Amino acid sequence: MKFVWDWDYALEILPPLLKALVVTVEATVLGFLLALVVGLLLAVLRRAPLRLVRWPVVFFVEFVRSTPLLVQLYFLYFVLPDYGVSLPALVVGVVGLGLHYSAYTAEVYRSGLDGVPRGQWEAARALNLSAYRTYRDVVVPQAIPPIIPALGNYLISMFKDSPLLSAITVVEALQRAKILGSESFQYLEPFTVVGLLFLALSLLSAAGVRRVEHHLPKHGIPMK
Amino acid sequence: MTLAEILPYLLKGTWVTVEITLISIVLALLMAFLAGIARVSEHRLVRWIARGYVELFRGTSLLVQMFWIYYALPMLGVEMSAFTAGVLTLGLNIGAYGAEVVRGAILAVPKEQYEASIALNFTPLRRLWQIILPQAIPAMIPPFGNNAIELLKGTALVSLITLHDLTFSGQLLRNLTYQTADIFSLVLLLYFVIALFITGVVRLLERRLGVGLDRGGMAR
Repeated sequence: MKFVWDWDYALEILPPLLKALVVTVEATVLGFLLALVVGLLLAVLRRAPLRLVRWPVVFFVEFVRSTPLLVQLYFLYFVLPDYGVSLPALVVGVVGLGLHYSAYTAEVYRSGLDGVPRGQWEAARALNLSAYRTYRDVVVPQAIPPIIPALGNYLISMFKDSPLLSAITVVEALQRAKILGSESFQYLEPFTVVGLLFLALSLLSAAGVRRVEHHLPKHGIPMK
Repeated sequence: MTLAEILPYLLKGTWVTVEITLISIVLALLMAFLAGIARVSEHRLVRWIARGYVELFRGTSLLVQMFWIYYALPMLGVEMSAFTAGVLTLGLNIGAYGAEVVRGAILAVPKEQYEASIALNFTPLRRLWQIILPQAIPAMIPPFGNNAIELLKGTALVSLITLHDLTFSGQLLRNLTYQTADIFSLVLLLYFVIALFITGVVRLLERRLGVGLDRGGMAR
């Protein structure tokens, strides 16, 4: 076979691919929001005084982090209907991505929580604050800013994992490229264009994370 | 089917997963050292090529890369088996992440060590081989362990380019029996066991290689 790169075709498929890329970005952003919330919950539960609470959390985090996202997605996608829960593929994908990355964000939060000086916990205790208020008003506001870059990096990783949703029939950018390729028997252009789109977006978001990093206070939160 | 009947089928797929993991790890290590050392080279061109490789493979999706190598590359006249394509993609992808680990570890070696080896008139190769790498390698082991786990998880994607690995076996069995929950739980558990094994090996290496190394008071 000879080398043929078809510029007309590459331009022709650009609009549908960009449209599908919106789905990719949507899934990533929604999944990331879920990961941010669930991860924080896991990180806090991991510090619970009860071993019965801590232990399952530790196991969940370890298990999720050492097994493939693809199989986890299959699990959710095929098992949930057996229990009478039928959700659209995109929702399953967002939940799968979110839960998978919650295990990673939980570890990031953990390092943030560990970084809050002991005195702060003790002071909250001396003031007789409830556990909820201790976290909300004292600990979390100090734990979050230093870990924002690490969280941002997981957002980028998640974006790069979102093509896996194609395996559970979500028509995101990669799936669209596959469909286009199978219609025209030209796979080179769709897959190359999708690859370049991913490269461009992840380089852009990496630059974004660096920018945010730049604006963060260097040592904890500024005292006002 | 009972779990005892399912397990042998899954173990066959597990073996393929283990094979792919091992071969890809070797390739990834090779690429990591090649590109990582090239990243700190004195020659700008060498540095730039390595940088391009790292950014390209870290900036795009593993699955997109795998599809590109398996489906698009033949259109350029380069055809390979699904196994080769899978191993090649995993090795190149994780190698790019590993290259950053190698670079970081080399840069973390105290500057005096470079200066001393220059003062002793070592050749660049000898400097790298006898002074820099022996001190840098122990620092690489823990992040390499994480990379190996990422690689293991990435191997599941080869099922999407028709390779009969653990994930693929799970899919096949599901289509056959519809015992979805049992099968995928078992598949996840098998991956977890392999991951635990990798973690164990990494711990062992950490202990072996960390012995007797003076890291400027950092160790104690």
